Amino acid sequence: MQTDISHTQSSWMSRHKLEIAPFIFLIPALFFFFIYVVIPILQSLQLSLYAWNGLYDGNGQSTSTFIGLENYRTLWVDPNFWISIKNNILWLFLYMLSVPVGLMIAIFLNQTVTGIRIYKSLFFFPFVISQVVVGLIFGWFYNPDFGIVAKVWQFFFCEETINFIGNKTVKCARPVPDILSSADYATYGIIFAGLWPQVAYCVILYLTGLNNVAADQIEAGRLDGAKGWKMLWYVVLPQLRPATFIAVAVTVIGALRSFDMIAIMTQGGPYGMTNVLSHYMYEVAISEYGERYGYGSAVATVLFAIMMVFISYFLWRMYQDERRGA
Amino acid sequence: MTNTLKMKIGTFAATTMFAASAFAGDLVITFDDLNPDPKQAFEEAVAAFEAANPDINVTVNNGDREAHKSAIRNFLSANPPDVTSWYPGNRMGPFVDAGLFEPIDDLWAENNLNEDMAAVKPTMSRNGKTWGVPYSYYQWGVYYRKDIYDKLGLSEPKTWGELLSNCDALKGVGVTPFTIGTKYLWTAAGVFDYLNLRTNGYDVHNALTDGKIKYTDDRIRATFANWEEMLDRCSFIDNHASMDWQGGVAAFANGDAGMYVMGNFAVGAMRDAGLTNDQIDFFQFPEITPGLPMAEEAPADAFFIPSGAKNKEDAKKFLAFVAQADIQSKWNSAIGQLPPNSKATVGDDKFLQEGFAVVSSAAGLAQFYDRDAPAAMASEGMKGFQEFMLDPSKLDAILERLDQVQAEVYK
Repeated sequence: MQTDISHTQSSWMSRHKLEIAPFIFLIPALFFFFIYVVIPILQSLQLSLYAWNGLYDGNGQSTSTFIGLENYRTLWVDPNFWISIKNNILWLFLYMLSVPVGLMIAIFLNQTVTGIRIYKSLFFFPFVISQVVVGLIFGWFYNPDFGIVAKVWQFFFCEETINFIGNKTVKCARPVPDILSSADYATYGIIFAGLWPQVAYCVILYLTGLNNVAADQIEAGRLDGAKGWKMLWYVVLPQLRPATFIAVAVTVIGALRSFDMIAIMTQGGPYGMTNVLSHYMYEVAISEYGERYGYGSAVATVLFAIMMVFISYFLWRMYQDERRGA
Repeated sequence: MTNTLKMKIGTFAATTMFAASAFAGDLVITFDDLNPDPKQAFEEAVAAFEAANPDINVTVNNGDREAHKSAIRNFLSANPPDVTSWYPGNRMGPFVDAGLFEPIDDLWAENNLNEDMAAVKPTMSRNGKTWGVPYSYYQWGVYYRKDIYDKLGLSEPKTWGELLSNCDALKGVGVTPFTIGTKYLWTAAGVFDYLNLRTNGYDVHNALTDGKIKYTDDRIRATFANWEEMLDRCSFIDNHASMDWQGGVAAFANGDAGMYVMGNFAVGAMRDAGLTNDQIDFFQFPEITPGLPMAEEAPADAFFIPSGAKNKEDAKKFLAFVAQADIQSKWNSAIGQLPPNSKATVGDDKFLQEGFAVVSSAAGLAQFYDRDAPAAMASEGMKGFQEFMLDPSKLDAILERLDQVQAEVYK
């Protein structure tokens, strides 16, 4: 009897080995995923129902008070929130430009010329540098006093004169455009800066994709008389679908989580006009004038909900593709 | 981030060290200025304190100022030091309300600070108690290019009308009257505060930052009307929204702009930009409403005792020590600021002397818009000021928006 039981037990183990093994391998990842991702999301959802300035009192008790959906009601009438939403949408759409532009550059770079590797790495370069550095460089680029935009403008519209006390100064017929301080243009200026590394990312994705385009299909297409746009549209692009999918996914997520550049280039200014949800959340909760952790969590929750729409779609697409592939 | 972390570790290590040792005389002080002069002045004061109290063993944690601002939110409840530096006014409000600071009214009474520091007492008080001891403060006012003024035969304006006509003269020779850099917003709040203090006075400033007056109130509208006149007839440099305050100094140093509404710390930057004492000078922001008592902006830095401090006895000794006139004189002449103790002597720098004359005759000392108003209000308010400076025609929308925020924040 005794041996029988142990025998059946071990055989249960051995019979289900293949089903159990993946879960054992997943345990460490799941454990950390829960601690660092799932639990904070739940805490943030919970915190969004409280008014809290982030402080614990002398006895270690949180000073928060439960206010239900009040934070969300405030959000609804908060113009800063709507400006952030509007800017997030702008980011989403304009950031998408990096996909076709990246494709164009990738096709252009996909040739065998002497030194092409150098050109490829130069195009890839902006993706390697930190977003913070990109923001800093573009901040200087746009600077109305010493930036390159200003220098070009000054060449056309300004002249150097001597001011009242005899120092050199610049007088302009038309003032130099101050892109990052203009409520109308600042967001476009930051998105343009953000496109630089994002295009590079898409270039890399498409370059690897182009490596895998089947030469025989191109050949066959050529025999059938396809060339130029038709070749691109009917023969090359369908084979690049996996690359396009990844490029769109990372671009959408990149657009929604845009934070670094805004923090570096404008801090959401002028007067909050370049805020996006992620930066607004930082501003109300964590920044020097923050102290509204509950409200910040409500902003984070909204951003999370928006992201979930896209992420669920991408996951669903991937699942569908895999099923079809199987 | 690493700074914050280091500080947390430092604080933690210091507190555990204290727990391990048997001496009652261990004192942990957290300070927040790593700039060479302030750091040295602080260390000298601590050394003097140790010399005067050989039985007290002082441990110092000096960290970066910005890191301190976020670290204090954690260490006050998690690992409180015995003394920490922080700011008065509404900046200490959340900590006082959460019961994280120790009231020290007895210390003020025992050391005669109620008289010696009478001018700053209101800003150190909240909920009817006094919470800290200021070790330093500095004046705000108008810094101007004396060489340009002299060349044009202008004199320091005493009234609004004189200021405006000085502006006309400056503009006439192609000098922009005022420089500023509003990228980080608070500089605009300095201009607003002065216009409001001169238009309506100290009480209205306090009522506004306490949320008792609406932004659409006629008195505040009058302030903005004066501001619009200033924008129109005086004007500020172009592109100020892209510049920090140091960027504003550049135009001033080059002689493209003639005046700067600023705190006394700007003098250092002006000297670094190559200006000499003969080229720069200071005047009190001129009178707008005739006969109105003149209040000044004079933000203070202070020391507080966390309510969780382990050695409150010696912490009080240290606070009493830094409140002494001789210590404050030495400390503040080293860092180029003013001692809050009225018995202390002021450094012989001309800006300190002039500043001291201005603040000691002031009808009241305002901390600054972003220290007097709660954080959420200050943040929106300063955005509104910047927006107004860039486009005065949006005034109505801005004021209504600020009213809305005010209703949210102070409820």
